[in-house]
Amino acid sequence: MTSQTWNAGSRQSGQTGRPGSGRREAAWGEVTDRLDAWLAIESDGTITAFSGKVELGTGVRTALAQIVAEELDVPFERVHMVMGDTARTPDEGYTAGSMTISGSGTALRNAAAEARHALLVMAAERLDATTNELLIHHGEISVMQHPERSVTYAELIGGKTFNLTVTNQVPLKPPKAYRIVGQSAPREDLPRKVAGQPSFIHDLKIPGMLHGRLVRPPGPAASLVSMDKNSIKDIPGLIEVVQRGNFIGVLAEREEQAILAAKHLKVEWQEAVAYPRMDNLYTSLRNQPTEDTVLTDDNFEKAISTAVQKLHATYYQPYHAHASIGPSCAVADVKGDQVTVWASTPGPYPLSGALAQMLGLPVENVHLIYIEGAGSYGQNGADDVAADAIILSQAVGRPVRVQWTREEEFAWEPQAPAMVMEVNAGLDAQGNVVAWDYHVWSPSHVARARFAGQLVTMQLLSGQPAPQSRFSFGAERNAQTNYSFPVQRVTVHYLGNSLLRASSFRSLGGAENTFANESFMDEVAVAAGVDALEYRLRYMADPRERAVLQAAAEKAGWESRPSPRKDQGQVAEGRGVAFARYENDQAIVASIAQVQVDRTSGIVRVNRVVVAHDCGLIINPDGVKNQIEGNVIQSLSRALKEEVQFDEQRVTSIDWETYPILTFSEVPEVEIVLINQPDQPAVGAGEPSTVTTAAAVANAIFDAAGVRLRQIPFTPERVKAALH
Amino acid sequence: MSGEIVLIVNGKPHTVQAEPDTALLYILRNELGLMGPHFGCGEEKCGACMVLIGAKATQSCKLSVSEIGQARITTLEGLIEEGELHPIQRAFIEEQAAQCGYCLNGMIITTAALLWKTPHPSDEQIRQALDGNLCRCGSHLRILRAVRRAETLLSKVED
Repeated sequence: MTSQTWNAGSRQSGQTGRPGSGRREAAWGEVTDRLDAWLAIESDGTITAFSGKVELGTGVRTALAQIVAEELDVPFERVHMVMGDTARTPDEGYTAGSMTISGSGTALRNAAAEARHALLVMAAERLDATTNELLIHHGEISVMQHPERSVTYAELIGGKTFNLTVTNQVPLKPPKAYRIVGQSAPREDLPRKVAGQPSFIHDLKIPGMLHGRLVRPPGPAASLVSMDKNSIKDIPGLIEVVQRGNFIGVLAEREEQAILAAKHLKVEWQEAVAYPRMDNLYTSLRNQPTEDTVLTDDNFEKAISTAVQKLHATYYQPYHAHASIGPSCAVADVKGDQVTVWASTPGPYPLSGALAQMLGLPVENVHLIYIEGAGSYGQNGADDVAADAIILSQAVGRPVRVQWTREEEFAWEPQAPAMVMEVNAGLDAQGNVVAWDYHVWSPSHVARARFAGQLVTMQLLSGQPAPQSRFSFGAERNAQTNYSFPVQRVTVHYLGNSLLRASSFRSLGGAENTFANESFMDEVAVAAGVDALEYRLRYMADPRERAVLQAAAEKAGWESRPSPRKDQGQVAEGRGVAFARYENDQAIVASIAQVQVDRTSGIVRVNRVVVAHDCGLIINPDGVKNQIEGNVIQSLSRALKEEVQFDEQRVTSIDWETYPILTFSEVPEVEIVLINQPDQPAVGAGEPSTVTTAAAVANAIFDAAGVRLRQIPFTPERVKAALH
Repeated sequence: MSGEIVLIVNGKPHTVQAEPDTALLYILRNELGLMGPHFGCGEEKCGACMVLIGAKATQSCKLSVSEIGQARITTLEGLIEEGELHPIQRAFIEEQAAQCGYCLNGMIITTAALLWKTPHPSDEQIRQALDGNLCRCGSHLRILRAVRRAETLLSKVED
């Protein structure tokens, strides 16, 4: 096992999981210690590196290539990444949880170091020298005193295998010597993408490929009554109508023909109630049976009895859509019992298992090849559409491309779960916290398609609803704060039923829990009459954590004073802060939002967001900044505008008008302070800065207008209702 | 009825077989192999499918091929001249203005239309021009910087 954590220059494993840590999700998979599974030196001197992780648009393909190039001492341009192919790459489970750099990056770094060491030994023999006399530059090894005696990596082993084990015992390059890691290497994919070259799963063409579209029931509980194939018999190019259970698909020679056939096929459905009434969502959630886990207790009851002031608040998170810009797409080619499928799934190996289970085939018969889709930020429809393409290809024995419609993507993808968070605190006479009590009601944040039953395709085929999750996690993420309260009790109430289909969305419960914790921290500071920043610092002991909060305050020009701000006009201005350490021991983030609240319209305008960010050793500074900007803007969109609408039969947010997201005119300035820690482990940057935005904005709204928004999104209607 | 339609795409006439009400997007992608424009919503609400019709940024996901006539269609690929990326495309690379990059096509096409009409736009004009283009990854600030850089690169070309 290559279990060593990325830890610059040392061998200690610096990362311990908190109870129920969502890191499990990323760790699923069976990672190999065979060197040849991770990298190959080609005969032309290029390096092929294999990762079981995939590029989800976050730039990890570039960052992993930087890591390999650095450790192997070859130019960055010479490294080519192969990612997420069940016939070629290691099984690294899911690309999730900001774990690609610490997981795959660590494994590749160790493999590259092992390869470099092996090459040195080979060169020593070839050049009749000791390894200490050798120098490596750009994939060429030479004798220090006799540079004319040299040999290249390709000459030593090009096109052949190492047949070695990654021992994790060879020395790693010290970070001080880094020339490639730590640089803002440009993204390798952009030259292709700006030129319109095929880059996405949507762009894949296989000879003989047909186009498929699904005809969906009007809701997840509806069932098929009848279908009239004759209604589309005149559509040119139509090849087949496939109906199995509630699964209906059409196949045509051309894409526009498949679209037309799907639109005109006459189908009668029996509708059925699938969901609670939306105005009853949070009561319905709270009334579900739960499985409760107390993460910490610290004798809460005794401590709270000493409080002179008690505070209590409840916060609400609606369902959110991943809302990928490109709807999910896949291509499948089923020939007898051999399946090849091209998909943009974040979990190539686990999905291939689920697909094999759906077909009743051994997993070896399913070859899954990852190709990028539009950004997914968790689990969108990518897994399901792969299954759709397989079922349609199987029906005709030809390759089939299926692309979901915008409506299908909104209505059938798994949503980020709705949640309820309740916080209680007791204060002493000086306004200090004597006890903190946190409760969260949530379904599992992860229902990845590891089993066939979790695929919508399978549910339509069988008429069976999704099975209950066999385990729950994600809701505990950042439920516990890192503040040094004397007593902190955290209870996670896991719901067996999610109501709407739900699965992973960036940070899992981290964003919602931080919204509640950091809003409540502000409420407590207000009750104590203390400046929000100063109040937080009272409970922060870790010097790295303090440094991040203080760096954000300095950059933002934070004025110390209690909230709310006095003497406000019609358009009230305010600022709010929020702090978190992602998963309690990963990247450290502080966000400060500056807002304007129009008291008449209720419109909240966020003008500026400052983020200070410490994710340990930084591999690619511009890549980290890109992630932070994206996190801030996406999480701001979620906080201000987003809420999946539904009625009792179906999801009714089905397009960009019923599910609006932030536009260019609404995007704030984002200023970033990156704190590099070359001697600390490199931890992920894909999610942490998503978690602090909503609370920073809610706190800024309170500072400006003196009203507390406890329900996401902070729409003008809700702001007005709070004001009047 | 399916018939022959002639479209002028990236400076060249192309004859394709299509039903007259077929949306331009599918002809560009599947018949002409131009993968720049992408399907995003099919409702002209997101901009992923944009092309230039003349000098106007236009969504191609609902536009019938029969309505285009002799108007000149330019796709993302058509901005490249003699193998050289257009300054706007270069500006997007230089600013690393993408995450997943699925929306990039519409962003670059909109920028081209904007800068041809308004070579030196105000910040507000840029944001307004791009308001019909959705990005889910949150690359907006980089895209705004790329438009500014493109403005500079283009004025150098003119000098």
